[in-house]
Amino acid sequence: MSHAETTRIGRGQEPASRRLHVDWTACDGRGLCAELLPELLTEDDWGFPVARGDMTVPPALEPAARQAVDRCPALALRLVSERPAPASS
Amino acid sequence: MTDALWYFARGSGVVSLVLLTVVVALGIGARSGRTAFGLPRFAVNLLHRNAALLAVVFLAGHVVSLLFDPYAQLRVFDLVLPFAGNYRPVWQGLGTLAFDLLLAIVITSLLRKRLGARVWRIVHWLAYLCWPVALLHGLGTGSDNGTVWLWTISALCTLLVVAAVGWRLAPSFSRFPERARRHINPRLLPAPTPALTQPGTPSQPGTPPQPGTPPQPGTPPPAHFGARASAQPGSYEEVR
Ligand code: HEM
Ligand code: SF4
Repeated sequence: MSHAETTRIGRGQEPASRRLHVDWTACDGRGLCAELLPELLTEDDWGFPVARGDMTVPPALEPAARQAVDRCPALALRLVSERPAPASS
Repeated sequence: MTDALWYFARGSGVVSLVLLTVVVALGIGARSGRTAFGLPRFAVNLLHRNAALLAVVFLAGHVVSLLFDPYAQLRVFDLVLPFAGNYRPVWQGLGTLAFDLLLAIVITSLLRKRLGARVWRIVHWLAYLCWPVALLHGLGTGSDNGTVWLWTISALCTLLVVAAVGWRLAPSFSRFPERARRHINPRLLPAPTPALTQPGTPSQPGTPPQPGTPPQPGTPPPAHFGARASAQPGSYEEVR
């Protein structure tokens, strides 16, 4: 779990919203993520994931998104913070 | 009491072999285009993982009970150092080897994110060594060596793994048969004939090529060439 995934924008603010990121050089089109996150992803003709929207992960879907990230056989799926994490120490 | 250890050791050994067989078959199955029994892919993936963890539990039971079994006379380092045992060192050593390999596979799998996909995958391929070694160990060592039921179980396990390999290799089981049969766009190949212009076919820039019909040589690429055209089934061949 990278630093950016767990960083929040600042104290007292809303948690940074998460976005799903596909590393296309690694993705193998195995279709696991589209099965686990049908709300965010569908499959194209070749089994590769296609975003339904802008890949923003609503809080309710975060556990499912984490599971999809965890199960991706190619480790191609990541959850990133919407805004870059503030530079810290 | 010591007999109980002995029974437990044999039982847990056989259970881990069967579980390992299921794990290997599911691992192979997860790599084929279509999953068996219509299971979703993530289910195969989770089943593979959880059965592997369960196999480790039974294997731990197998090894620990033998450590305390007065007949086996194992020393602690026999659990990790293969081929050093007193009793049937080769057959028992195969078991130790399989145990080491299994630990390596499972530990790297649990640390997959830290290690990266490449290292994980390379270690994971040791599974193809681990499983046959475990099978041989079960057949060759121990008190059930040569019994009909152990040979039957081993034969069924072998059959399952061979069937999984066949399932994976059969091209008809691909989820996307077209994906395996994509063709190189003829335009990208060396032109077979110098006559490139065909008077009878007016070129229509902007008309997407029809699925399944490779564009004729000489037709200029449509304006959006490369955007949508590359997703048409049957237009390209994947170069491996
Ligand atoms: C915590 C334990 C494990 C996890 C999380 C795990 C995970 C995986 C994953 C994600 C794949 C790739 C599937 C795909 O590409 O769609 C795989 C493949 C495979 N696994 Fe495991 N695995 C584990 C343990 C084991 C064990 C103990 C064995 C056997 C001794 C095993 C044997 C295999 C085999 C044979 C393949 C196919 C590999 C190939 O040909 O590329 N796995 N596993
Ligand atoms: S699970 Fe991973 S490899 Fe499979 S389609 Fe999704 S991102 Fe690609």
